[in-house]
Formats: sequence, structure tokens, C-alpha cells
Amino acid sequence: MGDMKATRAAYGEALCELAQDHPELVVLEADLSSATMTKNFSLRYPERFFNCGIAEANMTGIAAGMATCGLRPFTNTFAIFAAGRAYEQVRNSIAYPGLNVVVVGSHGGVSVGEDGATHQMIEDLSLMRTIPDMTVINPCDANEMRQAVEALLSYDGRAYLRLGRAPVENVTSGKADYKFEIGKGVTMRGGKDVTIAATGLCVQLSLAASDILSAEGIDVRVLDIHTIKPLDEDLILKAAEETGVIVTAEEHNVIGGLGGAVAELTSSRHPVPVIRHGIEDTFGRSGKAKEVLEYYGLTAAAIAEKVRQAVKLK
Amino acid sequence: MTEHELCVLSTRARIWLFDAIYRAQSGHPGGSLSCVDALTELYFNEMNISPDRPDDPDRDRFVLSKGHSAPALYSVLALRGYFPEKDLDLFRSIKGHMSGHPDMRHVKGVDMSTGSLGQGISAAVGMALAARVQKKSYRTYVVLGDGEMEEGQVWEAIMAASKFKLSNLCAMVDVNGLQIDGKTDDVMPTSPLDQKFAAFKWNVIHAEGHDFESMENALKEARECTDKPSVILLRTVKGKGISYMEKSAAWHGKAPNESQYDLAMGELKAHLAGLEAS
Repeated sequence: MGDMKATRAAYGEALCELAQDHPELVVLEADLSSATMTKNFSLRYPERFFNCGIAEANMTGIAAGMATCGLRPFTNTFAIFAAGRAYEQVRNSIAYPGLNVVVVGSHGGVSVGEDGATHQMIEDLSLMRTIPDMTVINPCDANEMRQAVEALLSYDGRAYLRLGRAPVENVTSGKADYKFEIGKGVTMRGGKDVTIAATGLCVQLSLAASDILSAEGIDVRVLDIHTIKPLDEDLILKAAEETGVIVTAEEHNVIGGLGGAVAELTSSRHPVPVIRHGIEDTFGRSGKAKEVLEYYGLTAAAIAEKVRQAVKLK
Repeated sequence: MTEHELCVLSTRARIWLFDAIYRAQSGHPGGSLSCVDALTELYFNEMNISPDRPDDPDRDRFVLSKGHSAPALYSVLALRGYFPEKDLDLFRSIKGHMSGHPDMRHVKGVDMSTGSLGQGISAAVGMALAARVQKKSYRTYVVLGDGEMEEGQVWEAIMAASKFKLSNLCAMVDVNGLQIDGKTDDVMPTSPLDQKFAAFKWNVIHAEGHDFESMENALKEARECTDKPSVILLRTVKGKGISYMEKSAAWHGKAPNESQYDLAMGELKAHLAGLEAS
């Protein structure tokens, strides 16, 4: 098992590491710097850090104004507020004017744990994905997060970046041919019987599921889809063609996220069964992160079971 | 620029914006007419800008937070030379780029896309903060409506501008007392704006929104304040310059018919002729 680190921790480190080479980087916060991990940046670069208080809509608009002047703002708060409360500010003040802002949603999904449903954002990928011209990125581990932040600093576009609260195993840094590119998925494991297209912490769970299934003689392809939009269409269509069935796995509502994106693509371009695994259109609940994930079936065993059912549909 | 010259310019802007709304048979005349004098003052007598260099990083910035008054902004930009007057023919038209609310991607001279009330002032705060980060001396101006002050985000922005002591930011509120559904005092009272801004630690200035000398003095007073953001509360008349539109909420977002157009245009042109003869 590789080392464990939360993507939010890797994100905070990346901001500090990359700040020197990117004087245009400014970091905006909404009173959660210890949780979103922008605290160290605020201490090292106080003149480029702006705590906007508990006022996410205004923070989002401030970032837009800064971007018109050539700065590269990263706004920080929990995913529920970044993509939920400030949805319309992201749409009308950032995306519509075409401003290069990175909207960072920390504590995405149900692995927030104890805080419960009000703080467990399971619609962010969906909401952000429907905004025209918006890029949506959900890295699975610390290494991928570090590279995503670096890529976003020189990206000509606007993006939503989801961070996770819980520590996750590092699975991409040990992969020799791993290369992060916005809009390009990563084949984590080859396979011919079925494909799991996973995002965020479901990548690790899907790799574990494929271990279980390989013992049963099911050869599973595992894709890490860190960029939900623009979706890596070639990689998904190739998987549809070669494996004939796709299971999507995400810590998100089964409506509108990665599963929705894959179903939309394949239904018109290469129809195959697409089984969407995720939160079944219900609110989250309090508990330890691991318990909550188990409660909603975000486990290797539950994903493996979905894959068994999916294979029968071929 | 003399007060007389500014009066001539703003009257011409009124004619242009009214023409644009009539041609489109759509748009917001009331609020455009109440803030067009303030925009004329800003673009011709206050801001450090050049139509030849609309992207100059050192230019002063302007945000029309009450974006529905786009006809006023577009007319003043055209008058100032950012684009030809004929572009106004395309206002709200499927054939062109002059969208119903200010669009920075397609209309030269527009510093921020607006239209959703309450959002422009946050962007203006961001521009003023960017000047600090980039060690630039430009100023940022933002015009809001008094009805717009009902949006919660406006007060978040006011709080932030105060916290960051943005003396390079000047807000102007077009206090015409009316909004779509009627009097602001009835729909959702926003007064007393002076006391509210003062409580948020802003420098509060009053001015007459249709008097160029009054606005010039107010803007000078704002420039001289070096430790906090300034707000100029403009006493204005909704529909100013067209007799039957003045002080009428009904003309917030409605285009005139042919006879109404003729009547208004007659008034505006007579006013312009009078100014030019004097």
C-alpha cells in the first residue's frame, strides 16, 4: 500500500511550492484556511492572500475582478459553498465573461464524514459541468493533485477543482508512464472484459475492486478520469468498443456527474450498457468518513458487485 | 470639460440610448436615463482612459453593476469613441454583438460583464485589490442602483472593501427611488443608505446625479480620501429627460411605441438644440 495523504493537503503544499514561479497567483479564502489548507500560503505570501470572510458569493466575484486585471485567482471554500451557494457567481461573473479563475471546492463528497448532509456536496461535478466553457477536475491522489494545480496555473480557461478531506492512498506516483494532462484520462490498469471509469477516491476503490475480480477471472480495465469536463472522449469510446460495458464510480450523485457524462457520450457515439455507481440520489449523513463511504456503497466490494452485474449485460 | 459641454454630450447619449431601445423594442429606459449623466461625467471628465487603448493595464476601471442600464453605458462608450455609433443599431439584436447587458468579451470598452444584480460591485472590489497587488495607481468606479442594494452580495462587497481599506474604489449609487415593482421604499426599503455605508466605514458623499458640477466636486472629494472606499449617493430621477417617463416605475423595462418615441425624441432634440444654441 502506498503512502496516504488527503488531496487537500497536497493542494495546500502545491500552492506554496508554485507561488514563487507564479507571481500572478492569488489565493482567496472564506474563513476555512485551516480546512482548505491555504493557511501555509497565507503565512508565506500574506500580500497575495485575501480572506474574504464567510461571504462566498462576494469572494467569487472579487476573484473575477482580479482575473480581469491579469491575476490568477484560486478561490477556496467547501465544495457545497463553492459550487452550490456561489453557483450563479461562478456562472455569470467567471464563466460567461471567460475569466481565468480556479474555483476550488474542498471537502467534496460524503467522505467529509461527521458534519453530515449540509456539508457533503454530491452535486458539484454536475452543477459545474453544465456551465458552458467550464473545466471540471477531480484528482484522485496527492500526486495527481499537485500536477493538476501546476497545470491549472498556466491553463487558459476557467475550472472547478474538487479536493477531498480524507487521506487517500497515492496510486499515480508509482506508475511509470503516468502523465497528467487536463482533459486526458489515465489507464490505470488494462483489461478486456469490462471498464471501470472512476474519479476521485473511487479510483483507488476501483483498483481494489479489480483485484477482487481478477481472482474471479474477470479482466477489468480501470480508468482514472480526473477531468470530468472536457471528458476524454477517445479513451471512453475506446473502452466502450473494446470492453463492451462501462461501470462509472464516483463519490457523487449518480445524476449528472461522471456517470452522466459517460452515459451522454456513449449513448450517441457508441451505445453500450453504462452502470452508474455513486450516491443514489439521496442526501448524505453523519458518521466517520469510512463508515459513511461504506453506508453508501463506496467500497471496493460494492463496486466489484456492480461490475459482476454489468458483465452479465454484455 | 465645461458643464455645458457635458450637458450636450449627455443629451446626445440620451438620444442614442433611446433610439437603441426603440429600435430593439426592448431594454431599460428608466434606469438608463437616471444614470447616463453620471456615466458621462465619469467617461468625459473623471476617468483616466483612452478609447485607443481599451486594454491598457494602467487605465481606470468601470463596472456597471446595474447592468440593465447597458443602453446608457453603450451610448457613452460610443460617444467617447470606443466604437461607431452605428453599433448601437445592433443593441439586443440577434444580428450583432451588443447584448442586452454589458458584455466584456464582445463590446469594446466594457471592463466587466454584468447583468445579474449585486455581482458587479464584487468584481470592482477585485479590480481595486488587483491594483494593490500589482502596485498600480489606477482607480475603480462602480455604479449601482438603489434597488440593487437589496442584494445581499452588495453588502458582502461593501464589508470587504472596508476591510481592505480600498481608497482606490469609488461606488456611485443611482438613487432614483424606484424599481420594477414600484417604490423602493415599498418593495424593500434600502434607506438610509448614507447611515448604512457610514456604519460599514465608507466615506459617504452626497451629490446631485443630474448636475455635473455637483458630481465633479463629489468625485474630487472621493479621490482625496486616502484611507477608505468612497460612495457617492446620487439623487436622481428615473426616466430623466423624457417627460412622461420621469418618476415612473412603469418605464423600468419597457420600450416606447411610435407615438411615444416621437414625443420623447421631440423633447430630447429640442433640449439639445437649446443647449447648442446657448
